[in-house]
Amino acid sequence: MKKSVFLGALTVAGLAAAAAGAATLDDVKARGKLNCGVTTGLVGFAAPDANGQWDGFDVGVCRAIAAAVLGDPTAVEFVPTTGKTRFTALASGEIDVLARNTTWTFSRDTDLKFDFVGVNYYDGQGFMVPKALGVSSAKELDGATVCIQTGTTTELNLADFFRANNISYEPVPIETNAEAQPLYLEGACDVYTTDASGLAATRAAFETPADHIILPEIISKEPLGPLVRHGDNDWGDIVMWTLNALIAAEEYGVTSANVDELAAGTDNPEINRLLGTEGDLGPMVGLDNQWAMRAIKAGGNYGELFEKNIGESTPIGLARGLNAQWTDGGLLYSPPFR
Amino acid sequence: MTTLSDPPSQSFQFSKLINDTRYRSYTFQFIALLCVIALMSYLGWNLVQNLRAAGLNISYGFLGSPAGYDINQRLIEYDSQSTHWRAAMVGVLNTLLVAFLGCITATVIGVFVGVLRLSKNWLVRKIMSLYVEIFRNVPVLIWILVIMAIFIAVLPQPRDFRGDDATASMLGGLFAFTGRGFYLPRPYFTAEWAAGGAGWLVVIGVLIASFFGSRKLSAWASKTQEATGVRPTTWYLTLGIWFVPLLIVLLAQGLHWEIPALAGFNFQGGIFARNSLIALWFALSIYTAAFIAENVRAGILAISKGQTEAAASLGLRPNRIMNLVILPQALRVIIPPLISQYLNLTKNSSLAIAVGYMDLTGTLGGITLNQTGRAIECVLLLMLFYLTISLAISAIMNAYNNAVKLKER
Repeated sequence: MKKSVFLGALTVAGLAAAAAGAATLDDVKARGKLNCGVTTGLVGFAAPDANGQWDGFDVGVCRAIAAAVLGDPTAVEFVPTTGKTRFTALASGEIDVLARNTTWTFSRDTDLKFDFVGVNYYDGQGFMVPKALGVSSAKELDGATVCIQTGTTTELNLADFFRANNISYEPVPIETNAEAQPLYLEGACDVYTTDASGLAATRAAFETPADHIILPEIISKEPLGPLVRHGDNDWGDIVMWTLNALIAAEEYGVTSANVDELAAGTDNPEINRLLGTEGDLGPMVGLDNQWAMRAIKAGGNYGELFEKNIGESTPIGLARGLNAQWTDGGLLYSPPFR
Repeated sequence: MTTLSDPPSQSFQFSKLINDTRYRSYTFQFIALLCVIALMSYLGWNLVQNLRAAGLNISYGFLGSPAGYDINQRLIEYDSQSTHWRAAMVGVLNTLLVAFLGCITATVIGVFVGVLRLSKNWLVRKIMSLYVEIFRNVPVLIWILVIMAIFIAVLPQPRDFRGDDATASMLGGLFAFTGRGFYLPRPYFTAEWAAGGAGWLVVIGVLIASFFGSRKLSAWASKTQEATGVRPTTWYLTLGIWFVPLLIVLLAQGLHWEIPALAGFNFQGGIFARNSLIALWFALSIYTAAFIAENVRAGILAISKGQTEAAASLGLRPNRIMNLVILPQALRVIIPPLISQYLNLTKNSSLAIAVGYMDLTGTLGGITLNQTGRAIECVLLLMLFYLTISLAISAIMNAYNNAVKLKER
């Protein structure tokens, strides 16, 4: 016991020491690789494909950051994290940025000492049930057994929702999305709840997706976005503005296809500043002037990433909804590049 | 003339601390202790400094704030508005429950298998060694997951009990064995004065009285045997002592059974033993039983063959030799390693989250840790809880060991 206390203290001291180190940018450059925390596997957001290459919407953000900082979108080490391990991984310095459908909440931003740099997906918690149950509203779920991922905001929202509606339920806590699928399909739980985007992604992986419906109630606000450690603001700026660059690129019509052509210079000063042909934005964040151009080229702008990974043409089939550009009635709005 | 020589005065010299063998070991132990204290305080100080640098502090204030999450299996009152401390208590009780049940079944299975491993029957012996080798050589986490997966896949779900073309039905209309767990009839009392826990306290009191009654009966039987050489037949008296008062009390308090019935999404009413509890309990039991079986075998083999032969020459039958002569002596060898197995089982129960059983690691070390982000505080508290539970088990088992160990007079 004495020994384990000792080792425990040693580990904790080690973790804390690593977290205290600043200048993530220098670390990443010295390492030549970006350590990016992602999910353990959620089709469309982050999952390894048949060749073992990570692919998805969150992965696209990681690759854009790697392209901006290191010039190579493949220079990323993907670290799969669960709902439980993700914050420790980021706080300890094991990963440089966490891009894993993480909800931006007050206490995570302040008490846990992280900085959310923006929102890459506006989501909300929903419920999925088998059609055979004949349920059409979440309020009819009195007495149901609900599968739920632990360590997320989901279980708090769920407790609130059922309490507010004065109905009972039986929670079945589960570690990962992959473990939840068979439990739900075997009927060990009646309902599966997580973010609506995650439900759509999970359902897409089923043999017969049409047998399951996602109930209309969205019971929470879940702004999902990448986050970094609090205290290293230079690194936070880079991640924030890489995300903004992807969003702005869609607004200005810069795509991975035409970015080379536009980088030669256009008559739109916004695009010129974004792509580095005008002004000196890159050096202000410690990078060169082509950083945003490389980020956009890595996987395309925000709209391209969305359509390719989770959009309506994919099996996941999510509509843009709140995630459309502000010019199209959505919430995406990048601050100006100047 | 007489010379009076005083013994040389024992003035203290520092060199004695090193050179005098009486003090040397104390000196070195003291130095070692100082080093350990220094190292610990350096680590602790380092931790505090680093936490301060990261803007964090150690605080247990979060334990008093509402937990905000629900727990399915709770032995005490708990809802999402209860505090984190109460959630931790629910977890502690769940850990103790599965550890208690697991220790009992593991011991029963372990003793059974351990004895049979020494059977003269080749087939029985080989089957038992196969069991031991399979179960103790695969990690317990895998057994937990396998058993849970089989549980869920093999047993019907509540939806299979529904409708006119139901593919599953309740056993005798009383028991429902589903993939979500077992629903069993629940006894309750209708008499007014037996409401709440009072009725059950009376039942427990009667059982304790019956226990002492049967002890007394057995003592009387032994006394008669010593005096007359014939042991009176007492089994029907024993049965009477156990069951007659119990039946009277149960009927007097108006015993009724609540039968589980399908209502809505699940069965309602009755006792619900969750699949997570059963799978975890079963996995921990059969895994630990494999180790206990080996302890039992070692204990039996440690008893000289002469004991068996001596008992046989007195005319005892083989099963009485085992129960009266071999096992009581073997216990002295079995119990010390058995304590370790109980401790292992208790600590292995922290794998519960793999099947969604909300034990201490699942509540305090899982959801509470995640929602509050107070990792260091939660882990320290977790260590303290497990340490306390383990030391308590050790203390109880050591007391038992002292009771059965060889008395040297």
